[in-house]
Amino acid sequence: MTLEVSMALGERGQLDVAFRVEPGITILFGPSGAGKSTTLAGIAGLVKLDRGVIKVRDEVWLDTEKAIDRPVHTRRLAMVFQSLALFPHLTAEDNVAYGLDRALSASARRARATELLGQMQVGHLIGRRPATFSGGEAQRVALARAFAREPQVLLLDEPFSAMDRKLRSELGVLVRVYVDRAKVPAILVTHHRQEARDLGDRVVMMERGRIVREGGIDVIE
Amino acid sequence: MSWAPLILSIQVALVSTLIAGLFGILIGYSLSRRETPARDLIDVVVTAPMILPPTVLGYYVLVVLGRSSPIGQAFEAATGTSIVFTPLGAVVAAVIGALPLVVKSARSAFEGTDATLVKAARTLGATPLRAFVTIELALATRGIVAGLMLGFARALGDFGVTLMVAGNIPGYTRTGSLAIYDAIQAGREDDALGLIFALTIIGIIPLYLATKLGKPRHDA
Repeated sequence: MTLEVSMALGERGQLDVAFRVEPGITILFGPSGAGKSTTLAGIAGLVKLDRGVIKVRDEVWLDTEKAIDRPVHTRRLAMVFQSLALFPHLTAEDNVAYGLDRALSASARRARATELLGQMQVGHLIGRRPATFSGGEAQRVALARAFAREPQVLLLDEPFSAMDRKLRSELGVLVRVYVDRAKVPAILVTHHRQEARDLGDRVVMMERGRIVREGGIDVIE
Repeated sequence: MSWAPLILSIQVALVSTLIAGLFGILIGYSLSRRETPARDLIDVVVTAPMILPPTVLGYYVLVVLGRSSPIGQAFEAATGTSIVFTPLGAVVAAVIGALPLVVKSARSAFEGTDATLVKAARTLGATPLRAFVTIELALATRGIVAGLMLGFARALGDFGVTLMVAGNIPGYTRTGSLAIYDAIQAGREDDALGLIFALTIIGIIPLYLATKLGKPRHDA
């Protein structure tokens, strides 16, 4: 599964990028304001792009020339936000079940949510709401919710930036295991060099809405 | 002492709260969206009944919905009854009083919902409608219900606009507030006391619930 992205936004060319992402973890690296999060939002369909093409394997999500622009909910992706965006009124189980295939029976959805929470080592949170989670627990539930979607592309918008290195490493392992097993591309936005080195396979470096370098993880000095 | 005015007041308040709820949620949601055009103007128009004198409001309603107005005539041609000087007029008057409270509460509740949650729902496969119902509306429910409670309490006690629009016809449009006014004017204070206590109790309970619901929820 590969993701091809080419997108532009803004009359003054605030964002103009093109890159290709293979299965594995690609780091979108750069300083604040480089356009990293906007790029993710563009892939997800959360911002309206002036022009662009987004393809996942043979599936076209966006092609402005051909007036193709698939709505967000039909793009099979999962996004973990910096704030995690766990639904505060839903339990951990319901948060995870939210993105599951709605064709599944209620009991199958519950079973799958329970299984995923167990895999993330937060099975004990099943009936609890996010306000009672620790930071690390919330991260794990957010990852379980993202994995439940069985995405073709996994988008991670600085979800680990506030974590210490040990916890980040533990969560990184969970992402790594999922990405390797599902063979999907994941894009992780960060401006922390260490996090990029710890978690990434490849790097796309951005500055002021442009790609300035890309390649292996050693691109980051 | 007749309880008919109190029963009419409760009926009018219930129906008008339902109507104010339907429109109030829609208007409150629209006002919470930045992309809605003329938000400030709509807000002023919806909020105006909170500050305009009831006689002024009543006059406008008579002009727009009275028997000689196009709307009033069309309604009468279709149903055989007029809007003004009927219980329906009392409902219209009560809706005008309740609507701003519902709109304000709904708007505030929707604006308090983190927009990222909706984005997250969309990326998890939710259609715009599902995201609205399961996230935005669900999270705004407490605020909306608080607004409905306030709207009900306000509708229950409407006096000025009701008098202008529905009149004070005994056994037909005489609500609890109007009956109290009538009894006091006629020196029948004892007749008014029962209604006064009943309206106080029925009005205070939703007010108390609205205050409880208005407090932040501590999830556990």
